[in-house]
Amino acid sequence: MPRVLIRQERCKGCELCIYACPQHVLAISENINEKGYFFAEVADQPRCIGCRLCAVTCPDQVIQIGLNGVMVHYYDY
Amino acid sequence: MELAFKISTAMKDVPTHYCPGCTHGVVHRMVAEVLEELNIRERTVGVAPVGCAVLIYNYLNNDFMEAPHGRAPALATGAKRARPDLILYTYQGDGDLASIGFNEIFHAANRGEKITVIFINNGIYGMTGGQMAPTTLPEQVTTTSPDGRDVSQTGFPVAVSEALATQATPGFIVRCSVHDGLHQIQTKKLIRRAFQNQVDNRCFSLVEILSTCPTNWGLTPQQSLEHIRDNTLQHYKLGILKSPEEV
Repeated sequence: MPRVLIRQERCKGCELCIYACPQHVLAISENINEKGYFFAEVADQPRCIGCRLCAVTCPDQVIQIGLNGVMVHYYDY
Repeated sequence: MELAFKISTAMKDVPTHYCPGCTHGVVHRMVAEVLEELNIRERTVGVAPVGCAVLIYNYLNNDFMEAPHGRAPALATGAKRARPDLILYTYQGDGDLASIGFNEIFHAANRGEKITVIFINNGIYGMTGGQMAPTTLPEQVTTTSPDGRDVSQTGFPVAVSEALATQATPGFIVRCSVHDGLHQIQTKKLIRRAFQNQVDNRCFSLVEILSTCPTNWGLTPQQSLEHIRDNTLQHYKLGILKSPEEV
C-alpha cells in the first residue's frame, strides 16, 4: 500500500501537488510551518493509488512515496 | 519502509530560493535524476547562467562553472574540447539564452558542439522583476510592456528551437513543457535522451522547456500552468524539431 510522505518543513504551499493528484488525497493544512507557509498534508491516505504524480510535480523535493507490498506502475519515470 | 519515489542523491538537501510554484525546481530534479540514472554525475560539469537559476550550483551535486550573461555555451565549448571525457551541460533561461546569449547558442549549435543545453522558457525576465523578454507572448503584460506586448513595435516571440533546427548541422532539438503530469514525464524522457546523446558522443542537444513564473505573471501557480496550456502552447508547438536520426 503506497503512502505519501511529506517533509512539511520544506513545503512552500504552492498547491501544485493538490491539483496534480487524481484521487484528491492531499490538502492544504490549517497550520503553518517554520517558514510561514500553509503546507500540504495528507487528508485521505486510503484513497492513494501510488501514481507518484504529486512527487513528480513537486518543485521543492518535499514528497516521497513509501511502499508496503506491491505497487502498480502506471508509467515509467 | 521501501521508497517508490525518493529524493535524488544528485540534489543537495537544501531548500531552494525559488518562489512557491516555480517550475525551476521540477526541472532541477529531473536533471538530477537523469544524471543519477545514467551514472554520469561524477564526471558531469554544469554551467550556471545569469537569471533565477544562477544559484543552481547550490542545489545540484555535480561540478559547476558560472558563466557571464549568455555565455554559458562558450564556457561549455571550451571545457568540452579540453576534456572530451566530461559531460557538459548548460542550464539557461530565456533572458540568458534567447536574448543576450543568442549569438553564442546559435554558433555553438552550428558548430555541433557535443554539449547538452537545458533551456527554460517562461517568457519573462524573472530575476530582475518581470521585464519583457524576446520570448514574451503577444499582448502579455510585463513591467516594460504595461499595455501588453505590441508586435508592431517589438516583434513576435523568438522561436529559438525552430531557428536552431534550420541549421544543417546534426542536432537534437526538442520543445517540451512541464504544465501537467503527462508532459512532465515526457520532459524527463527527452532530457534523458539529450544526455544520452552526449554520452554516446553523438550531437548537440537542446531541450527547450516551457516553464512558469507565477510571481511575475501575477497568477497563482495553478493558474500559471493553465496559462501555459491555454496561451503559451498556441505560440510554441511542442515536439521533436530535429533529431540526429533524420539528418
